[in-house]
Amino acid sequence: MRNVWIICRKELGSYFASPVAYILLIMFGLIFGYFFWNALGEFVFESIQSQMSGQSFPMNVNEWIIRPLLSNISVINLFFIPLITMRLFAEEKRTGTIELLATSPVRDGEIILGKWLAALILYACIYSFTAVNFAFLFHYGHPDLKPLLVAYLGVFLQAGALLAIGTFISTLTKNQIIAGAVSFGVCLLLYVFAWVSGYETAAWARVMAYMSISTHADSFYKGVINSKDAVFYLTVIFLGLFFTARSMESLRWRS
Amino acid sequence: MIKVTQLTKRYARTTAVDQISFEVAKGQIVGFLGPNGAGKTTTMRMLTCFLPPSSGTATVAGFDVLDRPLEVKKRIGYLPETPPIYPEMATSEYLQFVGKLKGLSGADLAKRVDYVCGRCAIADVKSKLLGKLSKGYRQRVGLAQAIIHNPDVLILDEPTAGLDPKQINETRDLIKDLAGEHTIILSTHILPEVEQTCELVLIINKGKLVATDSVRNLQARARGAESVLVEIAGRAGSFEPSLVLQKLEQLPGVSRVLCKEQMDARAIFEVESKKESFVRGDLARAIVESGWDLNELRPAAMSLEEVFLQLTGSEAPTPEESPVEVQA
Repeated sequence: MRNVWIICRKELGSYFASPVAYILLIMFGLIFGYFFWNALGEFVFESIQSQMSGQSFPMNVNEWIIRPLLSNISVINLFFIPLITMRLFAEEKRTGTIELLATSPVRDGEIILGKWLAALILYACIYSFTAVNFAFLFHYGHPDLKPLLVAYLGVFLQAGALLAIGTFISTLTKNQIIAGAVSFGVCLLLYVFAWVSGYETAAWARVMAYMSISTHADSFYKGVINSKDAVFYLTVIFLGLFFTARSMESLRWRS
Repeated sequence: MIKVTQLTKRYARTTAVDQISFEVAKGQIVGFLGPNGAGKTTTMRMLTCFLPPSSGTATVAGFDVLDRPLEVKKRIGYLPETPPIYPEMATSEYLQFVGKLKGLSGADLAKRVDYVCGRCAIADVKSKLLGKLSKGYRQRVGLAQAIIHNPDVLILDEPTAGLDPKQINETRDLIKDLAGEHTIILSTHILPEVEQTCELVLIINKGKLVATDSVRNLQARARGAESVLVEIAGRAGSFEPSLVLQKLEQLPGVSRVLCKEQMDARAIFEVESKKESFVRGDLARAIVESGWDLNELRPAAMSLEEVFLQLTGSEAPTPEESPVEVQA
């Protein structure tokens, strides 16, 4: 465990010593701020309209603002997560520092876990920016906190799964751009796999839809912790890290 | 300390290291010599547990590299060909990170960081970013990183590659200095380096070990005949090198004479004598008695380079790697 933390600290150090972390933070803040502003504008517009039409119906802040915003985050994730993970192993392979890690008395698993954890912590830092926006909602309105926290958990689990996949892809190449591009492609495909369930009900379509990372987030956005969906994300995290370990091992046998 | 038996590394199409066996005793400095691509790095990577061997075994301090890699890694300090540094880290930060990875902590760690900084003469760049350091400093940081946990065995892959002559000398001195405390294996394709620093030489070519011996024994073994260089001068106008050549060839014991250089009234000859015949005295007398001046007479000792070329049967080193330039 000590070694995991040493690696994790070092990775966080390199994220925050370079402009990478700050640029990701700023860009995410800008994009999410715009999304928030739009959602709020639409909410205000709709509520005024419903009042003017005379037949006002109750409008829920959670349902109108928080839920769509958090499901938008998972789309932003598709772009940001490859940017976070692409350097993890590709950079070490390119500069040769992987030799230092691999010849130190540290297990492969500890290296992988440390790196993934660092990526997750950076993601959490970026992600927590959204709390600033939501704080306004709590100041001026009365949204439910619990569903918001559950939705947060869902997005976080989804991000963990994508980060694990990105970590794995980063071990396959020396080139950061390739690692980033492939990660983006894979993440996007996993996201849109759910589409097939719209027109096809055969077994393969159901399997594909099940594999999609977006299918399993819906329950969280509704404020429900579904253990099936949580287990799905945890499984993807485990598989991603497991394949990373196998890939590191095969690296040695092949290189 | 290190025992290697029948170690082999095969890749899909090539055999990089082919059944090499050797042993290194505690405290020895061993030079791993071979042309580029001979399998030096691969062997070192197997010893450091970076690559698993295809067959054969290697043990470090009694631990097998395949069965007990963590124990082996604890006892090895490794400097790969390019120092494994993170450009965004400061020197002291980097050394602390490596120290922690190798299992140091607390006051121990701080003490070792200070110690290696002094030892490798990098104390003045402690707070600088590694990416901004010069090649020589990076190499020394790499060396500091390798010795931070005071390992029993140091494995250095071409520690002087790409340094300028002054830095090469400094690095060599540092390595010699470290020899007392650690068992050292260093690889190089620069021959004087081995002559100057190593006790034992392993010559490897195309994955095979072609010789294992001390520097002196290797020189003696390869030297079949003695050869001497003589510079002879005569009076301008009447000096005829071919005449000298004839004269020298007739001396008893001489097997071959070559005119190496010829100026207006001087010439340098290489005189090779038969095995176990000592001709230098006769040579000097004959020259003087013939009325020429003997300017210089020195043995042309067979350098390790010639031994190396003879054993590996390869081309001479390219100019930038030539020892002449290195020694300058």
